[in-house]
Amino acid sequence: MNPLVLTVLTLSLLGALLAVILYFVAQKFKVEEDPRIDEVEKMLPGANCGGCGFAGCRAMSEALVKNDDIDSLYCPVAGADVMKSIAGYLGKSAAEKAPMVATMLCGGTCQKRPKVNHYDGALSCAVVNTFYVGETGCAFGCIGYGDCVQACKFGAMTLNAETGLVEIDPDKCTACGACVKTCPKGLIELRKKWPKNRAIYVACRSKYRGSVVMKACKAGCIGCGKCAKACPFEAITIDNYLAYIDPNKCKLCRKCVNECPTGAINIKNMERLPKEPAAPKAEAPAAVKSETAK
Amino acid sequence: MRTFPIGGIHPHDNKEWSKDKAIEIMELPDEVKIPMIQHIGAPSTPVVKRGDKVLTGQVIGQSTGFVSANIHSPISGTVTNIDMFPNGQGQRRMMVVIKREGDEWLETIDRTPDHKRECTLEPKEIIAKIKDAGIVGLGGAQFPTHFKLTIPEGQRAEVVVINGVECEPYLTSDYRTMLERAEMVLTGTEIVMRAVGVERAVIGVENNKPDAIKHLREVIARDGYRGIEIMPLKMRYPQGGEKQLIAAVTGRQVPPPPALPISVGAVVCNVSTCVAIYEAVQKNKPLIERVVTVTGKHLNSTHNYLARFGTPASRFFELAGVPEGDVKLLNGGPMMGRSVVDLTAPLIKGCSGLTVISGEEAARGKESACIKCGKCVSVCPMGLEPYLLSKLAKMQKWDMAEEHNTVDCIECGCCSYTCPSYLPLLDYIRIGKQTVSTIVRARAAANNKK
Amino acid sequence: MATRLFAAPSPHIHGGEKTRRIMFDVILALIPALAVSTYVMGWRVLLVTGVAVAGCVLFEYLFGLMLGRRTTIGDLSAIVTGMLLAFNLPVGIPWWIVLIGAVVAIGVGKMTFGGLGCNPFNPALTGRIFLLIAYPVQMTNWTTNVPDAISGSTLLAVVKGKTYDAAGNIVLGKMNLEGIDFMDMFGGYMNGSMGEIASLALILGGLYLLWRKVISWHIPVAVLGTMAVFALCVALTIGGGALCYELPLFHILAGGALLGAIFMATDYSTSPMTHKGMLIYGVGIGLLTMIIRLWGAYPEGMSFAIFIMNAATPLINKYFRPKRFGVKK
Repeated sequence: MNPLVLTVLTLSLLGALLAVILYFVAQKFKVEEDPRIDEVEKMLPGANCGGCGFAGCRAMSEALVKNDDIDSLYCPVAGADVMKSIAGYLGKSAAEKAPMVATMLCGGTCQKRPKVNHYDGALSCAVVNTFYVGETGCAFGCIGYGDCVQACKFGAMTLNAETGLVEIDPDKCTACGACVKTCPKGLIELRKKWPKNRAIYVACRSKYRGSVVMKACKAGCIGCGKCAKACPFEAITIDNYLAYIDPNKCKLCRKCVNECPTGAINIKNMERLPKEPAAPKAEAPAAVKSETAK
Repeated sequence: MRTFPIGGIHPHDNKEWSKDKAIEIMELPDEVKIPMIQHIGAPSTPVVKRGDKVLTGQVIGQSTGFVSANIHSPISGTVTNIDMFPNGQGQRRMMVVIKREGDEWLETIDRTPDHKRECTLEPKEIIAKIKDAGIVGLGGAQFPTHFKLTIPEGQRAEVVVINGVECEPYLTSDYRTMLERAEMVLTGTEIVMRAVGVERAVIGVENNKPDAIKHLREVIARDGYRGIEIMPLKMRYPQGGEKQLIAAVTGRQVPPPPALPISVGAVVCNVSTCVAIYEAVQKNKPLIERVVTVTGKHLNSTHNYLARFGTPASRFFELAGVPEGDVKLLNGGPMMGRSVVDLTAPLIKGCSGLTVISGEEAARGKESACIKCGKCVSVCPMGLEPYLLSKLAKMQKWDMAEEHNTVDCIECGCCSYTCPSYLPLLDYIRIGKQTVSTIVRARAAANNKK
Repeated sequence: MATRLFAAPSPHIHGGEKTRRIMFDVILALIPALAVSTYVMGWRVLLVTGVAVAGCVLFEYLFGLMLGRRTTIGDLSAIVTGMLLAFNLPVGIPWWIVLIGAVVAIGVGKMTFGGLGCNPFNPALTGRIFLLIAYPVQMTNWTTNVPDAISGSTLLAVVKGKTYDAAGNIVLGKMNLEGIDFMDMFGGYMNGSMGEIASLALILGGLYLLWRKVISWHIPVAVLGTMAVFALCVALTIGGGALCYELPLFHILAGGALLGAIFMATDYSTSPMTHKGMLIYGVGIGLLTMIIRLWGAYPEGMSFAIFIMNAATPLINKYFRPKRFGVKK
């Protein structure tokens, strides 16, 4: 009995004493912090992906609270709505930013871009890029070892074994930009996100002339310029034998798609225009416009 | 017998495949593609245009800076094209295409076979001649030689170290050069000594080449070359690495980057580079050809060719007879050579050999988990921890990779060679080294701005 | 045959060393000791070893399956763990305890940390220490062992037993090595765990591993050297110089010193990477072993010493890095 009571007593006393010490130490070394930082952090998604350019959500919240001008701060994962509510909470004005989605600009599938050698090193795009162009004849195309898949924290990217290309799920993609930084070929671009995940883009980044591209890949852009001529919005530019559709000018009218001789212009979640353009041509852009207006 | 202080491996050198093949003069190619960058530094600018007639030895690419090199036409004929063509790794580079018409040389070039020993030029004149001749390190690094021989202000060269080690397995081009062109090597060495103002030169040769050691010593005694010593070194890879060779020969260790060999008073040149220097200074002959070993286990025949630059790689492989089945074609030897995937690629200055790895050896072994055996640590000649650097690069922990000196890596490949788990250690370390170097350079640039 | 053009970063050749070959060498090196033990202690040695090996391989396979990993039994490391575990057990141990040891060795000691190469502690030792604490009676029951040797307990226990005086205080001065035949110890005629008795066979195995470059000399020499020097110091000071030849030799030959120094302490994943680190690690093991043997509650301290130094290995790796080329000390 006696030792038991003694033990309980000693330990309780010790505990109480240490608690008091801890309390005073905590008071003495207390860091004064703006309580709003905690609140803002709660509103942020908490993915700590670094898409905003800060080390994590905490650092981002500190910047949001401390900076007077938060125009340059944007969390791509949370999106415009959350940024607006954060700005409202802090009494500041948020930057208007359209939602974005990562897009992989290579359409060279295994069938269209045959392999000409057999890579046998470490399975990483970055390693391939340290010493040669890759297994196909194209120096710009997707290497297909999935460094971006590893970099994606949201599980939005998958490697399609059949095509050998990376695919991005636009519903899961938060446009944090991690894959953009990772891709050694610079094939991933953050593009404007249309409703229903519609998209039109040139799935090629080859800056070589048409004859060179054709030799390596049947789906590459040869820089013929037909699409640019067809575009009513001047959204398409040709530079270094490569067409580029400016996502901010494109209205998804789809006129360019049928013009492309190699099928390098990809169209997602939309029907192609019929070969003989007819009535729907006029409707399509209008319909899309009304949707974005919402 | 001397060797370098830490690490190293003993791969089978397999030099017997080609070491007894005397240097053959390769047939002249009908068409050559000459890349405008065959060196470390700024690319050269083409100074010819389509339709121009050129002579053998004429400048076709002008160097564009101090760290850059001239490029000469290896044949005479007509320029048919200037465009981007793939190199051995499929990367497109600016190249000048020349169609051959006969073999007419520039008149200034002395083509007589006599050996010309005396050199009375001033160091500055020698270096200018080397620069004009477009000479780069022929051991593989392709660093402009005139830059190497220009001693920076406030530093002094004490010894010239000539690299006759050829530690890379399979290759025998330097070995054949030492046997068949010993006089040129030695006179070239004398010229280098004169250019940097030192009295002593050491030619390091590994003891697996006793013939070369004996022959060089005989020629030195016969012709009275003064101040040149032949030092046999214990066979060990990577003894031909610049820092390893200096440590083996002089016992001094070059400090970590960015320090250069001159910081310990050494100037290093390859034996083939010495031959090029001799030809440039004494014969006015620019760098347009070199000795190339073509070797491999299953080839029909192996060769040591004296070939003009621009000869397509496919021609060498045709002549040697590449076997069917799995093959890996290399520009260089099996330890540091680069995989060749485009056979239209031309022979370039830094290519000391073309190696064919065939059959089961073509593919790498299957990877398994790291068992922390520490073998990579014990073989690393730079005193690094490859298992750790590889992991850090894979995890993209660049700051920690920098802390663990990843930039010291010389990419010799000893770690991957020795790993019992067949891990691609160097593949990842190389990424780490490149990324960290970029970060360090960017930081230095930012600091300079301030 | 179709021609395939391969492409890979350098290097393009490999030295040919393989994990499986290394493990096979360790197994080969353990066989002489197993043979001597079987000769001295009887067929049950093979039975216990078989159960331990089978258990380890089976559990490695099952745990691998459970964790959804590709099976790794092909690298033979589970067989090595099984053999080393068996070598650390007395021959009379019930078979179910051996299986429990195998579960702990493979499950707790190895697979929970991520399998081969990731374990911070030697798996076989983890198993042995668990059994030693959980089943102390069975683990120290040497009675069915060597008929000719001093029966009932190991030499270390015998010697240690005589170092207590009537009041229970440790009196090292009375350390008594009378009646101990070093030739018997050398050949394997002594009590102990199955694998630790055959000193000569263990040394032979060690030499084989050194020749094959599976291990380097640093760890075994550091461990045994430290133990010898420590024993010599004890003999010269406390023992008054009387035992200065016998005591170091006795400590090296008795108990698990050789087995531990050559086979257990040199385990790759739990020992330091650099030679300097290995020496520090070996000295640590030697010191701790001697301290436990002379002043601790257990007669033998090898396994605890290795275990403690395993824990220090990451720290040693951090502070004893290889010498960087081109930097003067």
